[in-house]
Amino acid sequence: MSAFEIAGTAPAATRPPARSRRDRRAYFQAAPLAAIFACFLVFPIIAILVVSVFDYDSVRIIPAFTLENYRELLFSRVTWQTYLNTFKFAAATWAVTLAIGFTLAYFLAFYVRSTLWQIALSLICTVPFWTSNIIRMISWIPFLGRNGLLNMALERLGVIHQPLEFLLFSDFAVVLALVHLNTIFMVIPIFNSMMRIDRSLIEAARDAGASAVQILWNVILPLTKTGIAIGSIFVLSLVMGDFITVRLLSGGQSASVGLMMANSIGVLQYPAAAANAVLLLLLVLGMVAGILRTVDIRRELSVPAAQGRRGDG
Amino acid sequence: MSKRRPPARGKHGKISRRRFLEGSAAAAAGVAGATAITGFPMVWAQNLKDITLRQFGTGTSNQNAIAERCKADLGITLEMTASDTDAAVQRAVTQPRSYEIADIEYFSCKKVFPTGVLQPLEVKRIKYFDKIVPIFITGKLTPESEIAQGTAPHTVEFVGGKDSHKFAKQPTEWATMIPTIYNADTLGIRPDLISRPIKNWRDLVDPAFKGKASILNIPGIGMMDAAMVMESLGEIKYKDKGNMTRDEIDRTIAFLIATKKSGQFRAFWKSFDESVNLMASGEVIIQSMWSPAVAAVRARGIPCVYQPLAEGYRAWAGGLAIASHVKGPMLDAAYEYINWYLSGWVGAYLNRQGYYTAVLETAKQYMSADEWSYWMDAKPAQGDIVSPEGKVMEKAGAVRDGGAFAERMGRVVCWNSVMDEDRYMIEKWNEFIAA
Repeated sequence: MSAFEIAGTAPAATRPPARSRRDRRAYFQAAPLAAIFACFLVFPIIAILVVSVFDYDSVRIIPAFTLENYRELLFSRVTWQTYLNTFKFAAATWAVTLAIGFTLAYFLAFYVRSTLWQIALSLICTVPFWTSNIIRMISWIPFLGRNGLLNMALERLGVIHQPLEFLLFSDFAVVLALVHLNTIFMVIPIFNSMMRIDRSLIEAARDAGASAVQILWNVILPLTKTGIAIGSIFVLSLVMGDFITVRLLSGGQSASVGLMMANSIGVLQYPAAAANAVLLLLLVLGMVAGILRTVDIRRELSVPAAQGRRGDG
Repeated sequence: MSKRRPPARGKHGKISRRRFLEGSAAAAAGVAGATAITGFPMVWAQNLKDITLRQFGTGTSNQNAIAERCKADLGITLEMTASDTDAAVQRAVTQPRSYEIADIEYFSCKKVFPTGVLQPLEVKRIKYFDKIVPIFITGKLTPESEIAQGTAPHTVEFVGGKDSHKFAKQPTEWATMIPTIYNADTLGIRPDLISRPIKNWRDLVDPAFKGKASILNIPGIGMMDAAMVMESLGEIKYKDKGNMTRDEIDRTIAFLIATKKSGQFRAFWKSFDESVNLMASGEVIIQSMWSPAVAAVRARGIPCVYQPLAEGYRAWAGGLAIASHVKGPMLDAAYEYINWYLSGWVGAYLNRQGYYTAVLETAKQYMSADEWSYWMDAKPAQGDIVSPEGKVMEKAGAVRDGGAFAERMGRVVCWNSVMDEDRYMIEKWNEFIAA
């Protein structure tokens, strides 16, 4: 798609012959990526679509067209309960990661003055990501448990007398772990957007008498919208598809859409899982479309923001 | 090992192949063996060392020690892949050419065998078939015992003929699979954190253990444990716990949801290690459990008991089946392997882990009298009880929990199963998890 764009911006002067050659070259350039997408995205999705309308029994997929999978899915209370639950996790995680992500990025972009430190600190943000996802998740369990580190520490300090049970195997634990896992995806794009803000705009606002809060709200926030949007897309789509965090941190007591699919696959009900995957895909695409309506990501990504990257630094 | 070995005489009056193999280097067993031993097919001596059998199955019986011993005894190379029950069923059905031997559970057999990926086994080629514990043949441990509910192994043990994939009601000459391992499951408890005696399945939902109980989140098995609890409470009397009607499923799930909402459960577990961690960390003090998980908790020095309960046990069983594509020398090797499996060493190996083997007689010859009376008769150990890896598991004087073999397997009230209303049950189970 972006190759198309570049081709489209070709100088107007040498139009007719050169254009078609350029077009062809552009297609050629886009071909590898298109091929990869075709193999690893389009084809699997078609396969999922096809399987989702197949019938099944306890061990086999029966290639006969049926809408039964969708009927069972859409008319079941469990489905909507599970989706609602997943949306709740997604919304909570999104709100918290946004708050943390924005604050961190703001600090990195506007308080840390030297580029070297900025790079160093943003690298530090990624340190937790050097270990495996699962390990980061599981390490919360002994920490939050009934006889875990946190409860023991609080009891020793005399803050509590009974271990806090809600800490582990609860929605709280799920959201905590999801935030831990996904905050970085919010920090990086927001930081990136903030770095593109022309510092003279802030100077100008200050000169015009704006307070710090006003600058934040009226200048920085609108200009970071793209970063927020990209971060939100990452976080929401990751959380909507998650199953292992929800399973481990809720102790299997909460459901998520991903978990529901994993359960179906576990008992060989591939068509049911496929139908669910299609529904999830549509809903997430809807969410992404909604987010994209609020910002023009393409413009923000293609034009390296304004002219002067850094104002007075 | 050698001091436990019985004075082995083969049934042909000559030295048995086991004795022979142990006495000589396994590698040398090759061609020479064919002349020394009568009554065994030539293929065994000539080709087995070149044969590789690919076996997959649940972790319980896919143990490297068995493959190593098989290589030493028979020369057959076993390539084992361990997975969980669901994954094993999937592999069996969807990749039938990726294995020669399927090590699956009996209730999976009910799903897998009708698809035609496995071949019926000729009973007369199984040397110890008539010594197999009768549970697998008639469904009864002793002539007086009652047939348990659920997918009782004998109901899926036989098919009509060589090419049949329909289960036969009576024993025939064609078996679906050969039983190798089984056990009776019950609740595990932390006796140090529970002050009163636990006697019934209903104790799982006793409000005294609120927030400290767990049930396993594998629908087919979890449902059965829930059914045991329901019956114990006197809430319902199932016609067949292993094959519930929709109404019974609805009532069981409604009960589970109510229990969950009341905060009874701390967590649900799906994998072996989760159950071990829940118990060891004290998050949970009473839960559905598997016997090696209990052993794993105890191995950490934490008291844990596999508690026998008044209502009886929920049992499971696994066995070996041969893929349909296996023919010729490979098929001979597969039979040879199965015969070896039942010939005692593996049986003793499994018995020492708290499981049971299908042919008790042969396993007994490979266990010391003390081991046998500890594991099978639940008598106090005379000396230290050593795990198959050589670690001391229990000191002299210890008694295994759960009681003697006849006591445990004689009190099985239901088997792990696949219900006719499977699809509906899983849908409802998801509702319970989502509630």
